[in-house]
Amino acid sequence: MKQFWKSMLKSPSGVIGLVILLLAISVALFGPMLFPNSPWRMVQRPFLPPFTLSTVPLGTDALGRDVFAGMIFGARVSLLVGLVSTLVALIVGMPIGAMAGYFGGKVDDALMRFTEFFQTIPSFALAIVLVAILQPSIYSIVASIAIVSWPPVARLVRGEVLSLRTREYVQAAVVTGQSNSWIILREILPNALSPVIVLASLMVATAILLESSLSFLGLGDPNLISWGYMVGAGRTVIRQAWWITVFPGVAILISVLGLNLIGEGLNDALNPRLSREGR
Amino acid sequence: MVSCWLAAPALAQEPKTGGVINAVIQPEPPGLMLAQVQNGPTQMVSGNIFEGLLRYSPKLDPLPELAESWSVSEDAKTYTFKLKKGVTWHDGKPFTAADVLFSIEMLKQTHARARTNLAQVDKVETPDQHTVVFTLKQPFGPFLGIFEVGSMPMVPKHLYDGTDWKTNPYNNAPIGTGPFMFKEWQKGSFIRLVKNPNYHEKGKPYLDEIYWQIIPDAAARSVAYETGKVDVLPGGSVENFDVPRLSKLKDTCVTGAGWEFFSPLAWLWLNNRQGPLADKRVRQAIMYAIDRDFAKDVIWNGLGKVATGPSASTIKFYTDDVKKYPYDPAKAKALLKEAGYKGEKIRMQPLAYGETWQRWGEAVKQNLQDAGMTIETIATDVAGGNQKIAEWDYDIAFTYLYQYGDPALGVGRNYISSNIAKGQVFNNVEGYSNPEIDKLFAEGAVATPDSKRKEIYEKAQKILVEDVPVAWMLELQFPTIMRCKVKNLITTGIGVNDGFKDAWLDK
Repeated sequence: MKQFWKSMLKSPSGVIGLVILLLAISVALFGPMLFPNSPWRMVQRPFLPPFTLSTVPLGTDALGRDVFAGMIFGARVSLLVGLVSTLVALIVGMPIGAMAGYFGGKVDDALMRFTEFFQTIPSFALAIVLVAILQPSIYSIVASIAIVSWPPVARLVRGEVLSLRTREYVQAAVVTGQSNSWIILREILPNALSPVIVLASLMVATAILLESSLSFLGLGDPNLISWGYMVGAGRTVIRQAWWITVFPGVAILISVLGLNLIGEGLNDALNPRLSREGR
Repeated sequence: MVSCWLAAPALAQEPKTGGVINAVIQPEPPGLMLAQVQNGPTQMVSGNIFEGLLRYSPKLDPLPELAESWSVSEDAKTYTFKLKKGVTWHDGKPFTAADVLFSIEMLKQTHARARTNLAQVDKVETPDQHTVVFTLKQPFGPFLGIFEVGSMPMVPKHLYDGTDWKTNPYNNAPIGTGPFMFKEWQKGSFIRLVKNPNYHEKGKPYLDEIYWQIIPDAAARSVAYETGKVDVLPGGSVENFDVPRLSKLKDTCVTGAGWEFFSPLAWLWLNNRQGPLADKRVRQAIMYAIDRDFAKDVIWNGLGKVATGPSASTIKFYTDDVKKYPYDPAKAKALLKEAGYKGEKIRMQPLAYGETWQRWGEAVKQNLQDAGMTIETIATDVAGGNQKIAEWDYDIAFTYLYQYGDPALGVGRNYISSNIAKGQVFNNVEGYSNPEIDKLFAEGAVATPDSKRKEIYEKAQKILVEDVPVAWMLELQFPTIMRCKVKNLITTGIGVNDGFKDAWLDK
């Protein structure tokens, strides 16, 4: 573990990414405590440009709502959706991939055809359809993002398991009569985890983008403010009021960039042989 | 200011023939068979394909269309219409009294409003090919107001009689008597109408073709006007905040006229049946809690007027001598407390008609929350929203309805208890039931003379405003934006809906 942090902190991109993520998380956690006003409240005259009033530093939107408050509350929704839907996707994808890789044969065939079924449908189109059918709410959004993002996890885990199950320590476990579930959970999965962690960090970024795109199209949870919603709502007035779209847009950009940097840092730290220095 | 309000001088010029106009239609209509589909966009396109017996001036006076003259008997129970001779359908067959008779039979089954309008009709007779006589059960004041093209379009008997109306192939390529003929419809792209060369008014229409452009995105519609792709933006087709900017463009004319017949009034359906909203005081609290001036000034960019009650100020027998509900959150809180409201969750359903309505939903939600109510927004599409309202599965829902010039035609239908019918929208879906109101609207429709009607309707307005069966928001105004070279487009009380008959291009 110590070794991991050491190499993680050695890669500059990982450090920058971590700082951004920690910043975003602390804004999401503590921001609403510092700014208890609802982001939906109409506080000033509409279309107030940024940096004119200290009470609304980033200006107001078409209804006179505080853009800064929206950014802070939006961080909460965007991060929550990103993390939870990734977690759900991992919970679904990992067992499927592990079983397919471990048991092989018909089980593998069946599970992989099932996975491919999802992979053949363009993921964003599927997410739109799912949210539209289930009615937009935070739950349906998390569910649909998870549903479109688990197949890569399953395939990755399957590949890892396939290569690991021929290793001697796994064969030894089989010979000593350990149960299949014990072998998968205790012997194989822990060793297959590092690429999954890298993938997961990128999936969080993708999930944030997906949520933003859904909200942008008006398929967000109407009771929650999110960055994508703000961009979507401000888009039509971009010629009159650029700040309504630009600030949340930058927030999306930075947090997605941060997560990608973390992914890169993790990759360097967890796969020392592939790290940049070796290349 | 470069923009000008359409006015009389245009009439002085001699109309020029020829030319093509591109207009926006928003949203894409679900169908063009006006006798079966009555959505706003359908009326706007098909009102130029079909015709009614009468047209209406901006003051809502009847004008001749398919009927060239009409007379009313002494006892106000018999109306005789003389049909214009030499009128043909787009396929060349003559238009006769038999078509009128058939249209009425069809509309009674397919057109909810026509059914209500015709309820007072005892019998319709056709003594000859060009005469139609309506005999009423009792005098019905607004009777001459029910013949507008969207309310009672004439359909061709020879194409529909004996067929399954719903699946008739002519629903997709409608045949009317109007100045323009349906040519083609590229779904998602445009609807093309061409000049009817055999139109019964010689010399009209002046234009060769109309393209109704379908552009789903509001910002793209504004850009389409700016780049010259379209020449006419009918009311409601661009976002309100774009109206001032577009109005200032070169050679652009703007008018608020052409909606007099409809007088759209926006309100919130309040489900009177269940939960906190069953209490009159909670409903009154909602009226006090909502800042309607803010909605007018900010969300509608100053267009329109704050509603005082169930009637728009532009229709007959309107009175503003009713209880007033100014923006007063403190009073709203007090009323909620008095009613014993304890923060029960109330669902609110905005209208899925685009940005403006979405923003309005957010503002109203905030207003109600500030007054201490717990509001959950329910997101729906247009069809899903209508369905929820029709099944009474809502607490608060946005809507706007047309008033058709007379309280007997466009107001009573939303408050009388005989109009509580599950499964349909736009009737009394709030479930308000008051025997006195039922009686007043029943009497008002048939009372004579008008002074008596006025007295009855003013009383009804007072009672309704006190009871708040629904929360009236704004009288909406939908400005039409067009290039100044488009002349005479808006001359009647329904504006663009039947306006292309007289429109011409000053090239």
